[in-house]
Amino acid sequence: MTAQAEAPRRRRRGGGGREGERLMVPPATFTSYYGRPIVKASPWKSDIPAYLFLGGLAAASSLLAAGADLSNRPELRRVARIGALAGGAAGTVALIHDLGKPTRFLNMMRTAKPTSPMSVGTWILTTFMPMASLAGAAEVAALLPFRIPIAGRLLDIGARPAGLLAAAVAPGLASYTGVLLTDTATPAWHAAKRELPLIFVASAAAAAGGLGMAGAPVGQATPARRMAVGGAALALVMEQRMERSMGLSAETLHSGKAQRLFNASRALSIGGAVGTIVLGSRNRAAAAVCGAALFVGSACMRFAVFEAGQASARDPRYTVIPQREGLRS
Amino acid sequence: MAECHPVGFQWVMEAKARGATIIHIDPRFTRTSAMAHQYVPVRAGSDIAFLGGIINYILSNEKYFREYVVSYTNAATIVSEDFQDADQLDGLFSGFDPKTGTYDTTSWAYEGMETAAAAGTRTVAGRQPGAQAGGGGHEFGGRGVALPHSEVHRDESLEDPFCVFQILKRHYARYTPEMVQRICGVPPEQFVKVCEAVTANSGRERTTAWVYSVGWTQHSVGVQYIRGAAIIQLLLGNMGRPGGGILALRGHASIQGSTDIPTLFDLLPGYLPMPRAGIHRTLDEYLASIKSEGQKGFWTAADTYMVSLLKAWWGDAATKENDFGFEWLPRINADHSNYQTIVDMLDDKVEGYFLLGQNPAVGSANGKMQRLAMSHLKWLVVRDLNLIESATFWKDGPEIATGEMRTEDIGTEVFFLPAAAHTEKDGTFTQTQRLLQWHHKAVEPRGDCRSELDFFFHLGRLLRARLATSSLKRDEGLRSLTWDYPMLEAGEPDAAAVLQEINGRHLSGEKAGQMLNSFVEMKADGSTSGGCWIYTGVYTDGVNQSARRKPGSQQSWVAPEWGWAWPMNRRILYNRASADPDGKPWSERKAYVWWDEAAGKWTGHDVPDFQVTKAPSFRPEPGIGGPEGLAGDDPFIMQADGKAWLYAPSGLLDGPLPVHYEPLESPLRNAMHAQQSNPTREMFPRKENLTGPSPPEPGSDVYPYVVTTYRLTEHHTAGGMSRWSPYLAELQPEFFCEVSPELAAERGLEHLGWATIVTARTAIEARVLVTDRVTPLAVGGRTIHQIGLPYHWGVGGGGSIVSGDSANDVMGVALDPNVHIQDSKAAACDIQPGRRPTGPALPRYVEEYRRRAGISVDTGTARVTPHQDGS
Amino acid sequence: MWGWSNAPDPAADTGWTNAPARKGFFTDGSVCIGCKACEVACKEWNGIPEDGLQLLGMSYDNTGGLGASTWRHVAFIEQPRRSVGTDGLTPLPMVAATSDQNTRDGGAETGIRWLMSSDVCKHCTHAACLDVCPTGALLRTEFGTVVVQDDICNGCGYCIPACPFGVIDRRDGPVGARNVGIAQKCTLCYDRLRDDMTPACAQACPTQSIQFGDLDELRVRAQDRVDTLHAAGVTDARLYLADPNDGIGGAGAFFLLLDEPEVYGLPPDPVVTTRDLPAMWRTAAIAGATLVAGAAAAFVRARS
Ligand SMILES: Nc1nc2c(c(=O)[nH]1)N[C@H]1C(S)=C(S)[C@@H](COP(=O)(O)OP(=O)(O)OC[C@H]3O[C@@H](n4cnc5c(=O)[nH]c(N)nc54)[C@H](O)[C@@H]3O)O[C@H]1N2
Ligand SMILES: Nc1nc2c(c(=O)[nH]1)N[C@H]1C(S)=C(S)[C@@H](COP(=O)(O)OP(=O)(O)OC[C@H]3O[C@@H](n4cnc5c(=O)[nH]c(N)nc54)[C@H](O)[C@@H]3O)O[C@H]1N2
Ligand code: SF4
Ligand code: SF4
Ligand code: SF4
Ligand code: SF4
Ligand code: SF4
Ligand SMILES: [Mo]
Repeated sequence: MTAQAEAPRRRRRGGGGREGERLMVPPATFTSYYGRPIVKASPWKSDIPAYLFLGGLAAASSLLAAGADLSNRPELRRVARIGALAGGAAGTVALIHDLGKPTRFLNMMRTAKPTSPMSVGTWILTTFMPMASLAGAAEVAALLPFRIPIAGRLLDIGARPAGLLAAAVAPGLASYTGVLLTDTATPAWHAAKRELPLIFVASAAAAAGGLGMAGAPVGQATPARRMAVGGAALALVMEQRMERSMGLSAETLHSGKAQRLFNASRALSIGGAVGTIVLGSRNRAAAAVCGAALFVGSACMRFAVFEAGQASARDPRYTVIPQREGLRS
Repeated sequence: MAECHPVGFQWVMEAKARGATIIHIDPRFTRTSAMAHQYVPVRAGSDIAFLGGIINYILSNEKYFREYVVSYTNAATIVSEDFQDADQLDGLFSGFDPKTGTYDTTSWAYEGMETAAAAGTRTVAGRQPGAQAGGGGHEFGGRGVALPHSEVHRDESLEDPFCVFQILKRHYARYTPEMVQRICGVPPEQFVKVCEAVTANSGRERTTAWVYSVGWTQHSVGVQYIRGAAIIQLLLGNMGRPGGGILALRGHASIQGSTDIPTLFDLLPGYLPMPRAGIHRTLDEYLASIKSEGQKGFWTAADTYMVSLLKAWWGDAATKENDFGFEWLPRINADHSNYQTIVDMLDDKVEGYFLLGQNPAVGSANGKMQRLAMSHLKWLVVRDLNLIESATFWKDGPEIATGEMRTEDIGTEVFFLPAAAHTEKDGTFTQTQRLLQWHHKAVEPRGDCRSELDFFFHLGRLLRARLATSSLKRDEGLRSLTWDYPMLEAGEPDAAAVLQEINGRHLSGEKAGQMLNSFVEMKADGSTSGGCWIYTGVYTDGVNQSARRKPGSQQSWVAPEWGWAWPMNRRILYNRASADPDGKPWSERKAYVWWDEAAGKWTGHDVPDFQVTKAPSFRPEPGIGGPEGLAGDDPFIMQADGKAWLYAPSGLLDGPLPVHYEPLESPLRNAMHAQQSNPTREMFPRKENLTGPSPPEPGSDVYPYVVTTYRLTEHHTAGGMSRWSPYLAELQPEFFCEVSPELAAERGLEHLGWATIVTARTAIEARVLVTDRVTPLAVGGRTIHQIGLPYHWGVGGGGSIVSGDSANDVMGVALDPNVHIQDSKAAACDIQPGRRPTGPALPRYVEEYRRRAGISVDTGTARVTPHQDGS
Repeated sequence: MWGWSNAPDPAADTGWTNAPARKGFFTDGSVCIGCKACEVACKEWNGIPEDGLQLLGMSYDNTGGLGASTWRHVAFIEQPRRSVGTDGLTPLPMVAATSDQNTRDGGAETGIRWLMSSDVCKHCTHAACLDVCPTGALLRTEFGTVVVQDDICNGCGYCIPACPFGVIDRRDGPVGARNVGIAQKCTLCYDRLRDDMTPACAQACPTQSIQFGDLDELRVRAQDRVDTLHAAGVTDARLYLADPNDGIGGAGAFFLLLDEPEVYGLPPDPVVTTRDLPAMWRTAAIAGATLVAGAAAAFVRARS
């Protein structure tokens, strides 16, 4: 509620008023109350979009790892399992950081609420993390120059079932974050409710695929490349559709911070995907670059959507005008 | 009213819901205007022209309530042929002495009373040019002015050219709608709409009420504003009747109480005047000046009130032999009102000062003069809830910043004593309807905070202990006081015991020790006591009536069992006037008090304000005075002739009828008369209190705008209770000025930017609110811009959460002569975009303005406006 | 669990048995005098800290809006006056007859009206904040109101973007100060209600602009008031959030406004976000399935 931030936009925007931009106690207009937001933007900082990305990365990686495991691609399995572990762990750290105190995370465990995507997500993450950790830990242990006596053995035995279990909850982990955002009154998010979960899983696939491409030898990475390219392509298509669904609030994807992120995301995704198709199967270095592009492109997309939502909440026109139009129609 | 009396305003809202029409007349569109049916923007300081216009409308369109006017007012009374009106003398009344700036009011008297009308001049005793009135009209707050007798000449046909009615007609003939526009800036259609609404809503079946507060009083003609409304109400028959009247909304929670039991220098409790040095040597001399045996009404019993007061204060020490201690009372010999005292401080005539619940460094007009004055004191005691600017001016006042005052030069020793708030003590509040309401202590005061009662009790105790062995005559009074209030467990004196003392007791006889139930029981022989006769009855039957809290839903609509109203728990004064001369209600709808023929007494919803068994047809023998002299159709029982005064033959210092004068600082020439401003205004011409020029003096264009000051709902007066409270401070965090978009364009002011406001006194800075709520007025062919300043901010003292420049620093001090109130509602200023200069550059900036305007100490001090071109 | 029903009894729906009649507010903007007593009373009673000392230039509103440390907010809107009645007086209160008078020139007198209205948490029948709260910190009380349990809230902030009115917020302030980092909003004075007292804001309101009581009864009263105003020519008067069929199932705190809701900073057609949640979960399920399918496809006949 700082006045400073509001000062430049306090003057009336939009039509419906009189006498243009006269400098005075601004007459209110049909659009808003002194340009003040109607809904509140989420209080979340970059922890949350980072988590959206990392959670998706972890989820898709665990699926990739499961596939690699079952299809006997140990190198791909290793990157993917480690990706799932690292993504999940970093995501969890981001979540807890957002809450301020670790103990606050425990409050989430008091209850399970299907009406709360965050509650649902918390339980998914809570199921996912031990499994992904076990599988990931086995890979890490294998990389160590020494063998851990008994635990190492247990890890080996448990890795596959854990990895498969993680993969089983992964679709939920990758998709619930879409609902987490759309289940709000933030105009740009809620308006994207039919597309956002799909975009998020697609983008997660692109990121996990990208990671797999970068981390596994070209020979083992075919599924990773496919996943990456397919994910990127689906995301790009769905983004187009999302913009249509978003209506007025799509503007927020095309201005300010969100615009920069969104453009970067699209450039990286398209570039990464095309590069993967052309070069991905030939050159390990090129694959790594393309994979990184897809990976970063996916991250940019989460941040872009996040920022667009924040901007759409801060400007009352995205709340008022669509609601007004809805009333008129 | 919504701004400053939001809780009281609920009743306006309720009236509105029941169909009442609300009209708001104010220079600014306020929260009140927002709820009104009609809002009338008016130029600050011009209301007498507006009210006079309504009077003219009523008279010339025959809209007055003739029966009421003839029977209950002095409309028919014949005035001395010596009287010359303002329309004959171009704005002055007969009797003006330009040298003293005062009126000899002899010629204003009723016919047949000229010679004896010295009663009027009594009020200006002690008045000298320069140092002005030794007490004025305050003392008439609760009563009429004495007349030598009540044998007035009347012409009930109202045709006699010297009857009050005809004088009134001539006096207001020039107050036409066009003139109202020329002076007030109110278009005739809008003005006539007000006239129509007010008159259509008055008469037998309906009544109109006028509500005012300091937008009307704080003018150098403040008393005459209210007189203007009183004339309207009397002509329309709106006095003494339910839904009528003039409602003076008061200020601080018990400001009514502090005039009833006054903190004023010229009054004793119950509107008894303060005795005067040299004139009132004995009780008899004193009583003779209050009342005359020949006049009508209840003031003839003033001896019983006075003696009971003396008995309350001095108990057994007050005896018939020693005039009941009358000689122990202090006497006044001159004006010791608030602003005069400040000026006396500047002249080093005052050594010490107690400030109890007042923050003059911020709240009094001409803040700089206040602070400079206090720096001349030897000692200053400030009792307050917070460390207000008046306690810290010696180190953080704006004059320290400009170098006009240096901390090391100030010898004033300041004692700050923390005070207990109203929630931390028992006592009564008396509100605007004269209703006493007891409040109970909710919490114990924290730390060293103490109530005023405790402070004064112990101060008195300590002083008395010091003087215990004194044999000086002057100490006798203090030594003989009854000073024995019982202490409560918490260690403070019992406030209820004080209220009992105020109520009064029977001191001897079979009822000895019992509470008085009514002031009628008071005796002049020393057998009763009572600290304030009008409050007698608050302890009826020994019960604290002010503590009654019976919900309105459980009693009649007059709600007599909520609190207690003085006098005698009467809710509407002069309510005999709610019935016609025969004692029948004017209308069933408006029935309030009436004569019950069968029972032979007055009855009704309220306590009748009349002798209960006096029949409407009663006519006294000629020559009989006092209550017995009142006829059965004399409802105004405190008036010396039993009638309400449209025309005041004496008692006022500035004229028997309201006349329009311009504010002392005005951009406009008086369109009504040659006389520019009130010739009897009190002035303090000195370098600390300069006045800007007004036409016809040259230079007024340097300060082309009207500035007015006011309050915000969110703050309280000088801010001692609101700027220190986070919940209020955050609601209005900064000092601002309100200007119209047109003025903003003219001066390049930006919304939320800064502006500098400069007057003849100094310059201050404020944030700018450009708002349609302030509208330029077309007045006399010119566009007049008005600037609004809330006056709640100051430098901050100790611990204030928000601070800012003080509006009062730009205001000057000129006073209404009757009640010494300052004219803080209209002054002349300039406004410029940007912040003001700081440090020594500020006085230079102000000086440059003064030079351009040609201001000297003499500017604006001429009493009689010099004719232009020396003619 | 997230089933949608019209005009439900939220307390009973939540499992309260023998719940008292649903309580709420009818805030009548046509009689609000902007005294802000409600804001102050709320802060006093609930011990809420000061919330910023800036001059906002929004007429007399220096509060700005509802937030974690402002549970009542009085809006001030300066507008060109809409109409002058045929008798030259403005119809009760100063509001429009027709919109073509909506210019300074159209009105004969000073062209302004000043709207004031006190805003508060709506205590929605379908409360998004409550629905999305992952900890169960937000509680539906036996009075049908919505309350944060300070000791359970973990400050996740999810309720904040969920509220369609921008009501609830997380308190900022020095670490360790009361409820900093915790979501805060009007409790409808839960503590007072349990003691059979009127909420502090309603108690303080001098003009009965804030009316507290049984919701059913308030809705009747409000409709009466609108009818009266309409009959008096105040055609602008309208009820806001009184309709149980609206996007939030009707509010526990509803309003009489004299202009469009957005003029007062209120959404014109709020919808509880969780109304679409089943569909959103379905979309998520499809998305999840797509991911699995895609991943599987990625491995189909891939050379190793
Ligand atoms: N919230 C709040 N309430 C208060 C107080 C407070 O400080 N804050 N103070 C209390 C006290 S001590 C008092 S005395 C009362 C005062 O109560 P009010 O008299 O209501 O207070 P003001 O705001 O000073 O002045 C009232 C109006 O007079 C207008 N005015 C100025 N000049 C003129 C004029 O020449 N003619 C007309 N018609 N109007 C004019 C101003 O624009 C202003 O709107 O309020 C009491 N109540
Ligand atoms: N320009 C301009 N000037 C004006 C006015 C105006 O309209 N315009 N209005 C005038 C009017 S009407 C008034 S009344 C004055 C008010 O002006 P002041 O009386 O000078 O100012 P207040 O701020 O009301 O001062 C009251 C002080 O009493 C303290 N207090 C409260 N309760 C108690 C208590 O129980 N005991 C003690 N000892 N202290 C207590 C408060 O903290 C506060 O500091 O201002 C006048 N000045
Ligand atoms: S502050 Fe006190 S006296 Fe003033 S309106 Fe409010 S309740 Fe009445
Ligand atoms: S208004 Fe917002 S905070 Fe209040 S109950 Fe509804 S959703 Fe929750
Ligand atoms: S911030 Fe608190 S009340 Fe809001 S959703 Fe999170 S846990 Fe629930
Ligand atoms: S109901 Fe209580 S908590 Fe809610 S706004 Fe009113 S006073 Fe504040
Ligand atoms: S207390 Fe009542 S009248 Fe005052 S601002 Fe609040 S709602 Fe309006
Ligand atoms: Mo006052």
